[in-house]
Amino acid sequence: MPGVLRQGHLSVWVALAVLILFGVLRYDNFASAYNLSSFLGYNSMFVVISVGMCLVIMTGGIDLSVGTVAALASVVAAMLSPQGLIVALPGGVAAGLLAGALNAGMIAGLRLPPFMATLATMLAAKGAALSLSDNRTVPVDWASDFTALGMNKVANLLPWTILVALVVVVFAWVVVQRTSLGRTVLAIGGNAEAAHLMGLKTRRAEVFVYLFSGACAGLAGVFLASGYGAGQPLEGAGWELAAIAAVVVGGTLLTGGMGSVPATVAGALLFGLVFNLLNFENGRGTFSLSADWQSVIRGLFLLIVILLQARLGRPALKS
Amino acid sequence: MTRLDPRLAGLLVALAALLVLNVAITPNFLNMQTLAVNASQVATIAIVAVGMTLVIASGGIDLSVGSVMAVAGALAPMIFLSGWAVANPGLGLVASIVLPLLAAAACGLFNGVLIAHLGVQPIIATLIFFISGRGIAQVLTNGQLQTFTNPDFTWLGTGRILGLPVQGWIALAVTVVIALVVRRTIYGRYLLSVGGNERASVLAGAPVARVKIATYVIAATLAGLAGLIVVAQNSASDAARIGQLMELDAIAAAVVGGAALSGGRAPILGTLLGAIFIQLMGYTLIANGISDEMTLIVTAAIIAVAVWLQRGRRV
Repeated sequence: MPGVLRQGHLSVWVALAVLILFGVLRYDNFASAYNLSSFLGYNSMFVVISVGMCLVIMTGGIDLSVGTVAALASVVAAMLSPQGLIVALPGGVAAGLLAGALNAGMIAGLRLPPFMATLATMLAAKGAALSLSDNRTVPVDWASDFTALGMNKVANLLPWTILVALVVVVFAWVVVQRTSLGRTVLAIGGNAEAAHLMGLKTRRAEVFVYLFSGACAGLAGVFLASGYGAGQPLEGAGWELAAIAAVVVGGTLLTGGMGSVPATVAGALLFGLVFNLLNFENGRGTFSLSADWQSVIRGLFLLIVILLQARLGRPALKS
Repeated sequence: MTRLDPRLAGLLVALAALLVLNVAITPNFLNMQTLAVNASQVATIAIVAVGMTLVIASGGIDLSVGSVMAVAGALAPMIFLSGWAVANPGLGLVASIVLPLLAAAACGLFNGVLIAHLGVQPIIATLIFFISGRGIAQVLTNGQLQTFTNPDFTWLGTGRILGLPVQGWIALAVTVVIALVVRRTIYGRYLLSVGGNERASVLAGAPVARVKIATYVIAATLAGLAGLIVVAQNSASDAARIGQLMELDAIAAAVVGGAALSGGRAPILGTLLGAIFIQLMGYTLIANGISDEMTLIVTAAIIAVAVWLQRGRRV
């Protein structure tokens, strides 16, 4: 399987395996159905946005707007929830696609730098979410089937959201590995000008990645509204950086041109797992780390991964 | 500078137009109070944005400024509320300003070393401290809000000189000093050359690593200063909130002021004007009864237009 266990990505799988093993051996309820399903349910949002971010970063771009776009989509989905999941889910994703189209227009059309274009969309989406929701959380309609997506589980174990997320992951992976679109995505990140001169449809690929990332953020917003019963205009702060961190931990270079969708998923799960293990450790009562420590540890973790990557014979990133 | 940069001129025209518009439509616009309110609100953003402009000029980005503000802002009250500082008020006050600035500088050193010596991309390197810095500040303060009364310290954020807030003067002084540093020192020359073409700078023998590290240290120290001002202004230190989203405000001000993310340009005066422009635009909308949410959307549009205007231009 090319790409899954390639050398650069091996470390994230090893780290994931070690942490899982550690959890299983140390904590009684770690491998319980309850922990597994709540872990997967919560992290399906981050898996989805990280995969969208991964494709964007493969082109050498970045999408800072995913957090506020997810918040916007959660508001839209909650407002549409009386019409049921069949309307609210596409509605939320459509809100994400709209933001993605705005990014794509600015980046592929007007040739604005992705960092600034998506920063503008980040602010605009936050403004839109706040004005749509009147600056309040928007309760969902509990009578409809909308909350089934975020709260029901298959066989009492796998949340629907993680299954939907899995579909997105497989889609992204197939696109990257098996289609000319995916090769173009990687070619742009490798050398945009060369890719363009070779006759690759680089604009089309750029439009695709930003639309996809927007749709992923929209989907994450739907998960949020459905799983927590409310559209939350102020949620999603810092999600873009969590997604970027997951992509980086998964071994994808921010300069683009390479990367792995499965390793990104592993990166996202790894971050979730660190929190999960910390909660268990606190639960044992031998020592207690306040919630404030979690971000310190998350940063340390990112530092260690980056130092390892810098040491593991990667060519220096000097332009 | 023999003639005015056309971008700076454009920004000045836009700013003048906004002022004229305000004089025409905003009630009570032309009074000292309006000036003081705007100056005190824009000062911290301008101070951080000036440092950010240096980082951007080097071809980098610094996402950690807000967290650095939180660290400095958390440390200051801890120092002047300590028993030692209460016993030695004069020294205590000095220490509560100098030590947080040193801590901020150390954060910048950390960023700079990761970037210059380990070749970590700036956005990733500063992401580490963005994530963990605020956590460190919260751990330091046990996640508690620290409130205090210390007139000497709060003067930084509430004092007035010639009717204008102290922090406004500080922002102005920082801008002038850094603009001179960029224009008149060897460091400034090296900075623009590193941002313009790093490889060529290495080959030409410029101390690229040292220049980059110095840049992140300066940016972080300025962020620390801004953190102190915020704490002084509120007579309280809330590690969870100080400097939140500051990195974005600062980047926006720098870019509206004419900095190019590709590096090689350090329009310090432009950054100050950019910060003032964004501030005044927000003030105009709010003073005329347009909601906060719209202000965000308008800010987004300003950023997009500013970036679009400088697209492809590289001086």
